[in-house]
Amino acid sequence: MAESKGDTLAEWYDGLDGLEPAPDGLGKRMRMLPFSAEIDMRMHEATDGTAVLSIPYDARLVGDPETGVLHGGVITALLDTACGWAVMAAPERPLATATLDLRIDYMRPATVGERVWCRAECYRLTRAIAFARAVAYHDSPDDPVATAQGSFILERRPKGGA
Amino acid sequence: MIEPSNDAERQADRDAALGALVETVPYNRLLGVEFDRLGDELTGRLPFRATLIGNPAPAALHGGVTGSFLEITALVQLAWDQVLARMETTPVPPFPAFPKTIDITIDYLRPGQPRDTFARASVQKAGRRVVNLHVQAWQDSRARPIAMLRGNFLMPGEG
Repeated sequence: MAESKGDTLAEWYDGLDGLEPAPDGLGKRMRMLPFSAEIDMRMHEATDGTAVLSIPYDARLVGDPETGVLHGGVITALLDTACGWAVMAAPERPLATATLDLRIDYMRPATVGERVWCRAECYRLTRAIAFARAVAYHDSPDDPVATAQGSFILERRPKGGA
Repeated sequence: MIEPSNDAERQADRDAALGALVETVPYNRLLGVEFDRLGDELTGRLPFRATLIGNPAPAALHGGVTGSFLEITALVQLAWDQVLARMETTPVPPFPAFPKTIDITIDYLRPGQPRDTFARASVQKAGRRVVNLHVQAWQDSRARPIAMLRGNFLMPGEG
């Protein structure tokens, strides 16, 4: 996960290295994050402990050659990355975070040919640990492809003046 | 009595079938996952590539890559068990449908360093429809795993 910069959330978000508007106008590409760039993962939103990301359907990411359905591991990468961004976008703006564990439930196969979206939420932050959950979906988070919940270790920024 | 040359052929057939099984999955090829075979035990191998990095400084494998590798190891092990059982009677059996992941939990124990990673799966319980399985991934030392997966997988229906 990228390091946190800037004093406000907006400055932090604008100052993130390697986030650049995608040529097709759909979110931002993560140029400096090699694997995220490799699968053309996009960042759409990261504010107040929530993050929205997506990945396009891509024949290279297929897990079942018979049906053309994306590999579960692709969905795992999307859910994990989105949770990490939601934690980084928490109002406390941690300096860095890493996944401790992630539990993923696969509700149904991703639809062949469709972009997969993911909304993640950091719903609790303690001194050392953040808790986040995420939903992967096509049209609505109410009809999930997969859901995830996990805990994340934090590097907190030192308290001002202390 | 089986001649040694016959067994060499038999082992070569199995290696070829395993390689073909892994290669049928595009995402396995994108990550570059390979499998080694000793008897019925498989070891997954994820050769390091720069594209697998999640975060450049300090360079570490993407958590999604490590998680994917664990899940791939689980799925290939389950599919291979079925293929191997059929190879006893059919020299080149058709590949069965891959199992479906129901749920997985991944524990990230250590950062994935920018080097080769290995993984092995062990079936904890093979029910009629659901298999529970554990997978460990390590780099330099198997005693120091970088990540573990436990999960439930739905086996493809018979007929």
